[in-house]
Amino acid sequence: MSAETHPAPRSSSWASVLNNPTVRSIVIQVTLIVALVVFVWWIVSNTARNLAEANIASGFGFLWSRAGFDIAITPIAYTSNETYGEAIVIGILNTLIISGAGIALATILGFIVGIGRLSGNFLIRLLSTVYVETFRNIPPLLVILFWYFGVLSVLGGPRGLEENAFGVYLTNRGLQVPAVIFGFLAWASLVAFVVGIVATVIIARRNKAHQLATGERKPLLWTAVALIVGLPIIAFLVTGLPATMEFPTANRFNLAGGIQIRPEFISLWLALSIYTGAFIAEIVRAGIMSVSKGQNEAASALGLTRGQALRLVVVPQAFRVIIPPLTSQYLNLTKNSSLGLAVGYPELVAVGSTVLNQSGQSIEVVCIWMAVYLTISLSVSAFMNWFNSKMALVER
Amino acid sequence: MKSKLLTAALGLTIAGLAGGAASAQTLDTVKERGALRCGVNTGLPGFASQNDQGEWQGLDVDYCKAVAAAVFGDPSKVQYSPLSAVQRFPALQNNEIDMLARNTTWTMDRDTTLGLAFAGVNYYDGQGFMVKKELGVNSALELSGATVCVQSGTTTELNLADYFRTNKMDYNPVVIEAQSDVNSAYDSGRCDVLTTDASGLAASRLELKNPDDNVILPEIISKEPLGPAVRQGDDQWFNIVKWTHFALLDAEELGVTQANVEDMMKSDNPEIRRLLGEDKDFGASIGLSKDWVVNIIKAVGNYGEIFERNIGVDTPLKIQRGQNALWTKGGIQYGMPIR
Repeated sequence: MSAETHPAPRSSSWASVLNNPTVRSIVIQVTLIVALVVFVWWIVSNTARNLAEANIASGFGFLWSRAGFDIAITPIAYTSNETYGEAIVIGILNTLIISGAGIALATILGFIVGIGRLSGNFLIRLLSTVYVETFRNIPPLLVILFWYFGVLSVLGGPRGLEENAFGVYLTNRGLQVPAVIFGFLAWASLVAFVVGIVATVIIARRNKAHQLATGERKPLLWTAVALIVGLPIIAFLVTGLPATMEFPTANRFNLAGGIQIRPEFISLWLALSIYTGAFIAEIVRAGIMSVSKGQNEAASALGLTRGQALRLVVVPQAFRVIIPPLTSQYLNLTKNSSLGLAVGYPELVAVGSTVLNQSGQSIEVVCIWMAVYLTISLSVSAFMNWFNSKMALVER
Repeated sequence: MKSKLLTAALGLTIAGLAGGAASAQTLDTVKERGALRCGVNTGLPGFASQNDQGEWQGLDVDYCKAVAAAVFGDPSKVQYSPLSAVQRFPALQNNEIDMLARNTTWTMDRDTTLGLAFAGVNYYDGQGFMVKKELGVNSALELSGATVCVQSGTTTELNLADYFRTNKMDYNPVVIEAQSDVNSAYDSGRCDVLTTDASGLAASRLELKNPDDNVILPEIISKEPLGPAVRQGDDQWFNIVKWTHFALLDAEELGVTQANVEDMMKSDNPEIRRLLGEDKDFGASIGLSKDWVVNIIKAVGNYGEIFERNIGVDTPLKIQRGQNALWTKGGIQYGMPIR
């Protein structure tokens, strides 16, 4: 616009170039980028020179040398003969597992408590408030230590336990449950399960179309249960129960066999979920309260029950307010999982600090830490932004 | 807390390495500052721990005092930095401390890739196992299936993996960063077995609820030569720490003690006269005064006295000299001659 009202003077081409906003912004940006590159290059080269002068090995070659240490929780096969690189991969997987499990539980807890805070029942409202105000105001590390040292390590030991019929034992070595070992024919049940889900989806779509066309709602619940649960069970029975149970049994030191969930995982998982759940509860409450009262009244005027009003009218609108702050809570939980170091849960920071100390490559390991957390956080953000745009108000 | 400290230490290391180069003249820096900065264990009775008055004591602490005495003639001019296993090397690399006396195992990897130089071995150790007596275990080879508590980032962690692997045994590791937390995890029953250096086991056992309910197994599964370390690239400072160690051993061999060092200065024995700087000034060649050994012995006594005072048979740790006896008495401690 300014170009129209004040045409650039044509007399001096040099001055016109200098005053051209596009040229100026390009020059400034190029200068900035060059300065940044030079600065980074200076840092890197100076560090490399100082490391060489101090006779400290550098570079990422150490990732391919033998690790030599064992890791307590290994989602994929790992022995001390693998490399440092594979040890770090185990750490990343453990971080993802604890974050995923934590996010799931924190979300469930947060939604229940958040809705509970608005309940008409005094007792539920009080309990929810006490939960939020307690756990929101305690540092997460203390909550982790509380579960680890205060609850799980004062449990009895695995020796001299009374056997129980279910094969479920909670000791100071963790939670030991029976494992189900499937035979080859169990594939049939898995296929039946998938078929059940696909069939349910198809029927649900057909029901929806029917409802749009005629306004009549067909019940889906029991059909879905029969298809998703019933079908695999029938397949399982027909193939002759191709599975065995492995019960934990006591050996000289420990309970062996079955599945063991270690106290390090349990304490970190509960602590992170309960801590973050308190924040999510507040976000959910704020989201629901942001939906105007008129929406509720309109829903009941239309004859919807309280549950239907909540499910069909209030929550979908509340979601738009909830999702952005929810994303930052998910990111917080992921980053807080590094507190697992305190109780010996082998997540990325714990494994990384062992690698760091055994190999002495502190700068490289710190770079890996930062790169991995950045990648995880940006991925979570990207997913939640996509989800947010799906849920956002579509104006017609 | 731990992780914050760690991050802070690492951040400083990186900042330090990105900034100016490591200074070579450690002795001048120490003299200018008026105190030796010495990295020690956060708490390992007998090696480095604080008594009721908050004073540091132990075998490693006496090595800090010996070097301070050699430099200043005053063993109290030490600033102690308690360090975890993970923090110790970055602290030295980054000039936060002048020497590291923190029961650290001398390995080729550490000696060659971390920019460190080990100045000697002040305690020959080996890794052992401790179990509860009630388990009735008599040998480490019976430990298959056990849960083992171990400190992270140590040679102990590596030896443990190797030992169970070579003997085809399974175990569940519980890996924790601070030794005190490792001990309390063992004490609370989280693990069946505690493993660390044999001297560390003796020290840790004292801190358990019922020390007598625990037994140290006979197997020693590794060589753990523990010693003080300095940065590479400052030969003068390296020589000071190295020859302080040899002077302590030579003094014991020649019978020079804290009590008799004044009298010994008048001795006719040429070896003693050389050691105490009466004939020739050896101190000058490493930038110290003529009576540097006299100052050391007055401050902390000879190696034997340090050993007996901190970890010997009359202390709660009750450790025999064993391999740490002088070479003349069946051990392998051998002081290079001062001449």
